[in-house]
Amino acid sequence: MDNVTTHESVAHSQAHDHAHHEELGFWRKYVFSVDHKVIGIQYAFTGLFFLLFGFTLMMIMRWQLAYPGRPIPLIGAWLGQDRAPMGIMLPEFYNQLGAMHGTIMVFLGVVPLAVGGFGNFVMPLQLGAPDMAFPKINMVSYWVYFLGGVTMLTSFFLKGGAAQSGWTSYPPLATLPIANGQTMWLIGMIFLITSSLLGSINFITTIVQLRAKGLSFMRLPFFVWAQFVTSFLLLLAFPPLEAAGVLQLMDRVAGTSFFMPSGLVVSGRPLTVAGNGNPLLWQHLFWFLAHPEVYVLVLPAMGIVSEIIANNTRKPLWGYKAMVYSVVFLGFMSFIVWAHHMFMTGMGTAMSAFFQTTTMIISIPSVIILTALLLSLWGASIRFTTPMLFALAFLPMFGIGGLTGLPLGLAPADIHLHDTYYVIGHFHYVVAPGTIFALFAGVYHWFPKATGKKMNETLGWIHFWGSFICINLVFMPMFIQGLGGMNRRMYDGGAQYAHNAGLLKWNLVIGFAAWGLGVFQIPFIINFFSSIKWGKAVDKNPWEATTLEWLAPSPPGHGNFLTEPIVYRNPYEYSVPGAAKDFSPQFEA
Amino acid sequence: MEIPYIVETRPDTGLHNGKLGIWLFLASEVMLFGALFSTYIILRVGAPEWPHGELSVLLGAINTVILISSSVTMVMAWASLKMNDWGTHRLYLVATFALAALFLVNKYFEYSEHLGKGEGPWHSTFFAIYFTLTGLHGLHIVGGMVVMAYLLGPGAKMWKKNPDQFANRIEATGLYWHFVDLVWIFLFPVLYLL
Amino acid sequence: MHSDPAEVKKSVRTYMMVGAALLVFTAITVIANQLHLAVPLAITVALIIAVTKGSMVAAVFMHLSAEKKWIYGALLLTVVFLIVLMFVPILTVNDGIGTPTRASAGAHAGH
Repeated sequence: MDNVTTHESVAHSQAHDHAHHEELGFWRKYVFSVDHKVIGIQYAFTGLFFLLFGFTLMMIMRWQLAYPGRPIPLIGAWLGQDRAPMGIMLPEFYNQLGAMHGTIMVFLGVVPLAVGGFGNFVMPLQLGAPDMAFPKINMVSYWVYFLGGVTMLTSFFLKGGAAQSGWTSYPPLATLPIANGQTMWLIGMIFLITSSLLGSINFITTIVQLRAKGLSFMRLPFFVWAQFVTSFLLLLAFPPLEAAGVLQLMDRVAGTSFFMPSGLVVSGRPLTVAGNGNPLLWQHLFWFLAHPEVYVLVLPAMGIVSEIIANNTRKPLWGYKAMVYSVVFLGFMSFIVWAHHMFMTGMGTAMSAFFQTTTMIISIPSVIILTALLLSLWGASIRFTTPMLFALAFLPMFGIGGLTGLPLGLAPADIHLHDTYYVIGHFHYVVAPGTIFALFAGVYHWFPKATGKKMNETLGWIHFWGSFICINLVFMPMFIQGLGGMNRRMYDGGAQYAHNAGLLKWNLVIGFAAWGLGVFQIPFIINFFSSIKWGKAVDKNPWEATTLEWLAPSPPGHGNFLTEPIVYRNPYEYSVPGAAKDFSPQFEA
Repeated sequence: MEIPYIVETRPDTGLHNGKLGIWLFLASEVMLFGALFSTYIILRVGAPEWPHGELSVLLGAINTVILISSSVTMVMAWASLKMNDWGTHRLYLVATFALAALFLVNKYFEYSEHLGKGEGPWHSTFFAIYFTLTGLHGLHIVGGMVVMAYLLGPGAKMWKKNPDQFANRIEATGLYWHFVDLVWIFLFPVLYLL
Repeated sequence: MHSDPAEVKKSVRTYMMVGAALLVFTAITVIANQLHLAVPLAITVALIIAVTKGSMVAAVFMHLSAEKKWIYGALLLTVVFLIVLMFVPILTVNDGIGTPTRASAGAHAGH
């Protein structure tokens, strides 16, 4: 593509591309591709599939909670005797659904979509790079992730079913030699972790090495900063969980006792293991990853929202530098707060004071970022496009999620709220109406770049308002239930406890809201697939945006840019006084 | 557009992509083994008694000598490449591979002796952490040998076409190999001596 | 650095000397072990020797004595979190302040 100077039309540039590059076969082009855009789309498709699948598991669980002991309609008969005889859910199956819902949503849904999908597709484009630094490793990380996903799914069909010790897999429950699902879970996790590690090495190297001429660090779009910090979290926090996974696998397969204390009695029989292990060790290694993991889920979402807010307010982000310093500090702090998940394990006051303090400190940078985004709206003439609606909703939803987290970070309050639905409400506000809404915003925002077509605004509007109302009806009542003392992970919602008597009725509300939420995803699915074919065709910069990805053709060909991009200015120069138009792209002198 | 800085270094960072990539990989490896050493500390502090003299110091010391020597031959394989001495490079790389294999042979005798006595990973937390740490380390040795075999075999063709990139590959392999040696330098006293 | 053939030639001597020093240190640590020192002292000695050997491998063989700032930065971050990972869990497991029953149970309180 060396001789190309100006090629505006997509079709033309692709035709040109084909003339100069050797034609790749179907398998190399779409399946085992090394092109970051194809890999990004593979990640996004797989991630969206798993989000839908994980959500379906929850819709089934919600039936059991709304109508305990009643046969599940529609699919109940298909679940089989081991899971739901006569369509009535067994407690074991409920536990499997719960454990796999968490695992799938976090490790197979949100992270692959946010990091693997958006990170892979958008980040190199925003850097002005032709591809990732290590394209082959990029392909390997997708396929290792895919293997991990298949391993997790297969475990449902094993004898005894999938893992059922919660997504946290606490020993000794998880290491007891009962069902094989847990072993499959561990193997699956080792695949997923390996994939993330390869991905993060690739991301960091790409950001450090492949920035276009003139693109200094303080000119990076905030989305790239978010991906950069996220990659460091994955790189340094995931290996301890990989180690923990290996240790638990050894406990299950080789008969070791890393997490098995001495003298454990199960079902009235003493367990014949060597003992002397420490179950708390797992919790430490698990949360050493799993707390940074929370920021792995949230930071890319903040990055997406920042891009969309700047674009639709037609203003520079308020406090870009403060946001950058905050996100770096946030990443650093996220490594030293993990034991606030463990206040109930009997740790002493000294360490618990330490972790309470760090937890309160880490809320500061989150608040700075959220405040900066909120202030960015001030005085703007906002374009209420579908991506902007989702991005705007992210702000209060993440705010609720964050603020309800404060009482959980303080041991005296946490002792009462631990393991209740309050916790479920809190982290789902962060991840579901928070992060997942931001991911939807990202899909609507970058869909034109990936396909050359715009998604339908009317269907998008229905999708947004339906989801927004339903999702709040799902999670808001959980605060009421949790504050009332209702425990999570109860097969019948905890009907045997008197204090739950007045709280169980909310399960009906939550159930219908959850199924409603499912219904409101249908317009999205229709919109997504129909727009690929019948969507309004757009040029390379339909949103009149300023960052580098909008310089490349829509969709970009192999190698991304027709000419080498050069960066002349900061990322969000909208409405520059004296400029001819209300956006001054980074790539225009 | 081609991907830049595969061979030449980027002016402002002074690095080529592979160099940064391998170091980031090693950073994650530090955290992987770090978690296992942390496990060792917690188990040992929590144990009512910790066994001494379960392992053969002689075999451990021999393996330490083998790995240190292999580190020297590895760095010499890179240095001779830099001095454009292809024959010496091949010799040193083959020597490194052979020493790695010798390490595994030694390890095999050690493992089979303990397993023969019924001292498998299930025997005690000491043997659990011993087998896990050395097993994972052994897998890293095998991984290194696979890469070396590739660079001795089909990968060696790159020297003719692109000598700088090939030297970079040898350097990255070397960095990994020295790291594996470094881990053993800590494993030896922690498991065999203390 | 380290790319000029003349430079490399000079460092070959260093590599050989470091290799020899590593073998000597290995001998020392084995001999120190035969002295059957008290456990805390033995651990200190063995770890000091191991850290010395490790630093030599990292500084000379892995060329860390003269690297670029991005690599130092990444490794510094790694070392900070490694220290956290090594010591904070054990501190937490053994922290008995304010929990009298656990304090009396001593180091096995985690069970």
